[in-house]
Amino acid sequence: MSMRVLGAAVLSASLAVAGLMGCSRAPQELVVYSSRNEQLIRPIFERYTQETGQQIRYVTDDAGPLIERLAAEREGSPADVLITVDAGHLWHAAQRGVLQPVESPVLQENIPQHLRDPGNRWFGLSLRARTIVYSPQRVQPDQLSTYEALADEHWRGRLCLRTSKSAYNQSLVAMLIAQHGEQRTEEIVRGWVANLATEPFSNDTQVMEAIVAGQCDVGLVNTYYFGRLQRERADLPLELFWADQNGDGVHVNISGAGVAAHAPRYEQARRFLEWLSQPEAQAMFAGANLEFPANPDVPADPLVAAWGDFRASAQNLAQAGENQAAAVRLMDRVGYR
Amino acid sequence: MAVDAAVVHGHARGERRRRWPIPAFVLLLCVPAIAPLAIVVGSIAGHDPEVWSHLSRYVLPEVVTNTVLLVVGVALAAGCLGAGLAWLIAMCDFPGRRFFDWALLLPLAIPAYVLAFVAVGFLDYAGPLQSGLRAVFGSSDWFPSIRSRGGVILVLSLTLYPYVYLLARGAFLTQGRCALEAAQTLGLSRAAAVWRIALPMARPWIAAGVALVCMETLADFGAVSVFNYNTFTTAIYRAWSGMFSTQAALELAAILMLFVLLALLLERRSRAGARFVARDAACEGRRIQLRGAARWMAAGGAAMVFTAAFAAPVLQLLLWAAKHASSDIDARYWGYAARSMLLAGSAALVIVGASVMLAYALRREGHWISRVLVRIATMGYAVPGTVLAVGILVPLIALNNAVHDAARALFGTSAGIPLLQGTLLGVLLAYMARFLAVGFSPVESGLQRITRSVDEAAASLGVVGSALVRRVHAPLLRTSLATAALLVFVDVMKEMPITLITRPFGWDTLAVRVYEMTANGEWERAALPAVAIVLVGLVPAALLTRRSAHVA
Repeated sequence: MSMRVLGAAVLSASLAVAGLMGCSRAPQELVVYSSRNEQLIRPIFERYTQETGQQIRYVTDDAGPLIERLAAEREGSPADVLITVDAGHLWHAAQRGVLQPVESPVLQENIPQHLRDPGNRWFGLSLRARTIVYSPQRVQPDQLSTYEALADEHWRGRLCLRTSKSAYNQSLVAMLIAQHGEQRTEEIVRGWVANLATEPFSNDTQVMEAIVAGQCDVGLVNTYYFGRLQRERADLPLELFWADQNGDGVHVNISGAGVAAHAPRYEQARRFLEWLSQPEAQAMFAGANLEFPANPDVPADPLVAAWGDFRASAQNLAQAGENQAAAVRLMDRVGYR
Repeated sequence: MAVDAAVVHGHARGERRRRWPIPAFVLLLCVPAIAPLAIVVGSIAGHDPEVWSHLSRYVLPEVVTNTVLLVVGVALAAGCLGAGLAWLIAMCDFPGRRFFDWALLLPLAIPAYVLAFVAVGFLDYAGPLQSGLRAVFGSSDWFPSIRSRGGVILVLSLTLYPYVYLLARGAFLTQGRCALEAAQTLGLSRAAAVWRIALPMARPWIAAGVALVCMETLADFGAVSVFNYNTFTTAIYRAWSGMFSTQAALELAAILMLFVLLALLLERRSRAGARFVARDAACEGRRIQLRGAARWMAAGGAAMVFTAAFAAPVLQLLLWAAKHASSDIDARYWGYAARSMLLAGSAALVIVGASVMLAYALRREGHWISRVLVRIATMGYAVPGTVLAVGILVPLIALNNAVHDAARALFGTSAGIPLLQGTLLGVLLAYMARFLAVGFSPVESGLQRITRSVDEAAASLGVVGSALVRRVHAPLLRTSLATAALLVFVDVMKEMPITLITRPFGWDTLAVRVYEMTANGEWERAALPAVAIVLVGLVPAALLTRRSAHVA
């Protein structure tokens, strides 16, 4: 009997709480949907609130569900801003119609053209470079050059890759398609698969650990994973190699943001994005995850800057989205799991 | 006149009964669970032929094979582990039995993706075990790869066997040891008695447990992703987030659901007509005293399972958690834990309550439409979480907008009415869609034990109606209800995609913390909230086993 009373109490309490929470929403609070993780964005939200007095409410989830949620909520959506990682997701959000164009000279000025939507619906805020990592004991840097050179027979049984389910690999292959065309890219990816030392891994860190353990000699990773590992182990026996420096340059992906199509507070949302593109916020935004600031005037974190300068691909990242479905099908065809 | 009126009245009631064979509350309880599934299945209407031809040529052959082998493998392994251990614990005596009785339940609190990550981290080429082997022998190439089909089956079986264990243990305990003794006095050998009497008597529970295991395996995304093992679920995600084809993703999910429905109906048919008896309380029987090597094999087997499925991974989690605790732990953790428990607790109450009502409705009325409705309503457990989450969101938002429109029409404003999506009511409705099977299966199999003859015997003693339920059914159902509540509680504690998409602003739970860390690839930092889930999940598990122990 006491259990039943307790149960009823818990239930009614939870419903009461639910009711209160719904009522307490202040209309002037900026609402953000984010697939960039809480530990990375919260300090930035707090800083913004400190500086401007603008309160921010946020909810985190994967990009896919957040975009579907915005699409389902339509005019009733409380969301003002969508923050997400990966150019493909941003492109998809724009295609799905859940973002609206933002006319802002500040954003145009601070964010290079190839890192924002040609229709101004999303803006890159930090860069994630995906490049070659290798074991300096077993590989000479002069043996390395481009992404496509990793398809060479020279690397048979020496390459480790993360799964093709990773959005980062999908974007990389999509951008290779933009650069080389689908047929040539298929040959490249087929070569990678033939060179694999072991089944693809589920994350970048495992790729690097496999190289350290001697299972393979080279791999492709996002540099901030390398940075994290480096911060943990100062003597990490791995080096980064900036790919394709005589050609198109290192493939970069972004995390970025856009204003929701039915944002109830468009002006506040635009001001927030503009603030994010300015030096102080840029340093925080990128530095929190050892990424590169999208604003070219802002220096990277010292640990990141120590990896040296490199030339990044200047192709517009919208192509990562446009070609992504083709990239996934291509990877299916060549058996890249 | 009065007579006529009565006749007419009775006639009208008969008519109404014939036209509405399904009790209204059955419909009401099934709707939240069926609506999202309907959204998924309804998507077949719009077809994406280009993506589809690609999938059927390059993707489906692999994922169908992989999925079938995985489900069969996990069902067999988890079924044998769960039923075997339950048998040892319930019927035999060996060193450590009292400890293992509850300890073997603990892996329930460990999310499958966590065990997967720990296992791959420890056993893969770069992990400490193989590194050690290489240091000693020079090579570890002979060591079987953990990132293989066998590895996935092993990990999923170790995390999922408690579903079978918990249900089968209850069955063996409540069926008592007398039937077995009776069989042996009738000349059956002990092995034959187990095979021909005890196992068939426990079958509804074992089948219910294995069905839950199969559904969970089908819906699993986290663990198979760690192994990069392609299944139907990963293909659904790939179509969605890789090819941006929500259409193809939902179509794949719909096909998956049709298979599940078929399998469930077949399973029901195979045991239709079978009857199950209740325990004879007067006859307890004695435990089988294991002797010699058997004693230690039993203890050793239980210890191995306990170590692999719980002790070792928890130790690893604790080591990782200790590394990051100083920077990551803060006062907010009280809130995460409290919200996890509140959500899991209220979900357990609501879902077990609904399960009891549905199970009784089927027992009394049992119209085939009700049966099919309930069967469909429990299928949400086999659908990948994120797909179901989106399926839930659509009707929830529609309902929400309808309420607001109505409020505006009536009062001119809807400001005072909370959004349904983003309130706990919405979260609970969503959990209904996901976890009804987890609550319903134990309750239903428990109720099957209470045969008509029990009711008749009670009726002959003048115990009918609510007194029958209270004085006869409730004690007999206690283990089943507690089992159902525990399973729902722990499952909700571990659940991510639905919690993520339906939670109100600021309602972060322990599972949400795990998500925040893993989504960013920071697995070691995810250990802290994962350990907290295990700890919070343990409390009810320990309570439950303590409570049901004196049934034995």
